[in-house]
Amino acid sequence: MLGQRDFVPVADGLIGGTAQEPELIGSVCEDCGTVTFPRQDSCPRCTSQRVSERRLGRRGTLWTWTIQCFAPKSPPYAVASAEGFEPYGVGYIELPGEVRVEARLTEHDPERLRIGMPMELTLIPAPGDSGAMTFAFRPLEEEEEN
Amino acid sequence: MADEVSVVGLGIHPFGRHEGVTGLQMAAIAARRALEDAGIRWEDVDFAAGGSDAGGNADTSVAALGLTGLPFINVKNGCATGGSALTTAHAMLTSGSAEIALVVGFDKHPPGAFNPLPEDWGIGSWYGETGLMLTTQFFAMKIQRYMAEHGISESTLAKVASKAFDNGSLNENAWRRKPLSEDEVLGSRMVNNPLTQYMFCSPGEGAVALVLARGERARQLGGRPVQLRSVAFRTRRFGSFEVFSPSIPVESAPSATTEAAAAAFELAGIGPDDVDVAQLQDTESGAEVMHLAETGLCEHGEQEHLIQSGATTIAGRLPVNTDGGCLANGEPIGASGLRQVHEVVLQLRGEAGARQVPGQCRVGFTQVYGAPGVSACTVLSV
Repeated sequence: MLGQRDFVPVADGLIGGTAQEPELIGSVCEDCGTVTFPRQDSCPRCTSQRVSERRLGRRGTLWTWTIQCFAPKSPPYAVASAEGFEPYGVGYIELPGEVRVEARLTEHDPERLRIGMPMELTLIPAPGDSGAMTFAFRPLEEEEEN
Repeated sequence: MADEVSVVGLGIHPFGRHEGVTGLQMAAIAARRALEDAGIRWEDVDFAAGGSDAGGNADTSVAALGLTGLPFINVKNGCATGGSALTTAHAMLTSGSAEIALVVGFDKHPPGAFNPLPEDWGIGSWYGETGLMLTTQFFAMKIQRYMAEHGISESTLAKVASKAFDNGSLNENAWRRKPLSEDEVLGSRMVNNPLTQYMFCSPGEGAVALVLARGERARQLGGRPVQLRSVAFRTRRFGSFEVFSPSIPVESAPSATTEAAAAAFELAGIGPDDVDVAQLQDTESGAEVMHLAETGLCEHGEQEHLIQSGATTIAGRLPVNTDGGCLANGEPIGASGLRQVHEVVLQLRGEAGARQVPGQCRVGFTQVYGAPGVSACTVLSV
C-alpha cells in the first residue's frame, strides 16, 4: 500500500511515495512494454497511445555521470545568483529492465563516483527557496546493497 | 549531369565577437562575399534558404541585399541550422525548381553557456529549475560513458583541443588563434568532468554564405566548382543518447549522426575510406572523438591510436577540423554547419593557404550535430 505523501514535489506527477521511500512516476506502454520517465501520453518507441502510469524501481546502477562545476544560468535554473554555488553531481541511473533516468546525485566528489556503482532514489531540497523536494540518487554502501 | 549541384561561391564574416555589428549585418556581408566569389549578382539568385538561432530572421537580409522577390525559406534547427538550409537548397536545385541558390547561416550569442528553456524542448520547467538543462552536462556524460566503453584517455581529449587551436592559429577568420598545449588544456578549469574549459567551444558570433548552382549553370560560371555530392539530414531514433533527455531507453540505437553519415555516403556513392579531409561537430573534444566513429571514418575505440599518433592533424592521414572547428571558431549556432562546408570547399579548391592539406585532396566530408538529436552530413568532391 502506498503511503501518504509527506513532501511537496518540485512538479506535479513527477515523484510519488513518501519522503522515506520516494518513487518516480513514469509510464509503460501497454503494447510494447517500453518504460519512460517522466510519464508520457504516447510511446516513443511504437507510437501507441495505450500508455499507463508506472512507479519505477528505486534502485539501479550508475550508467554515466559528471559534476556540474559552474552555476547554471537563471532562467531556467531556480537560483538567480551564482554566489555560494556548490558543485553537484549529475548522472544517468539504469533501473534494471526499465529505463535510464537522468538525476542529480547526492555525491559530487569525482573520486567517489564510478560507472556501475549501485544507487538508490532519495529526495533533496529543490534548488531555490520554494521549499519543494526533487529527486536524486545516492550511492549505496556495500552493506546496504542486499 | 543536369541534377548535379556544385558550390560555386564562398563568403564568410570572421567568427568571434563583433560589437556594434548585428547578426543580420554579418549575414549580408557573408552573402555579398559569396556572390562576388561566384562572380554573380544577387539578382541572379533564384532561391535562398538560411537561418540563425538568436541572430534574427534570415529572410529579412533581403532588405540589405535587394528586394528581388525571390523565395527565401527560414530554417531553425539548433546547431544543425546550416545543414538544414543546405538540405533545403540542395533539394530545390536537384528538383529543378531553381538554378542558383544562396544559403546563409549566422548568429550572435551573449557570452557564457546557452540557457535554453525546457518548455521550448517539450520538457517540464522542473528540468531547468533543478539544474539538469545544460548541454555541457550531456556532452560530458556521453564522453564519460564512451571513454569507459572504448578506452579513450583524457590525454586524447586534450590533444583534440590542442590540435584545434593549432589549426585555428593558421586561420585568419578564427576566433581563438593562440595555440595551447595538451598540458594547458588539461590544466584549465574543470567545467563538467572529464571536460575542462578549453575542451569546450564557446557561443560566439559569425556568418557564412554559400552559392550553389545546378548542372550546366555551374560550369558556365567558371571558377573551380566543387560538387556537393550529397546532403543527408536525420533526427534521432528511439534509443539514441541525445541532449535534453530526462530518461533514455535501456536498449541503445545508433545516433542521428550515424544514420545521416551512412545516408550521405550512400547517396554520394563514396565511402568513408575515400575521405581526404573532414569537418566534424566538435562542440567539445569528446564530440570530435565520438563523431569520428559515428560517421564511419574509423572504428569505435580506434580514435585513441589515431589521435595520439597525429593522424587527424593537417599533415596526418585523416585531417579533421582543419580550420580549428567549433573549438577555435566558437559556436554561432546558425553558422557552424556552413563553416564546415566553407572549409572543405577551400581545401578541395587548394586555396586553404597555411592550413592546406598536403597531397591529394579530392573528397571532403562534413557533419553537424545539434539539440535535441539532429544531424546533417555532406560529401563534397572535385
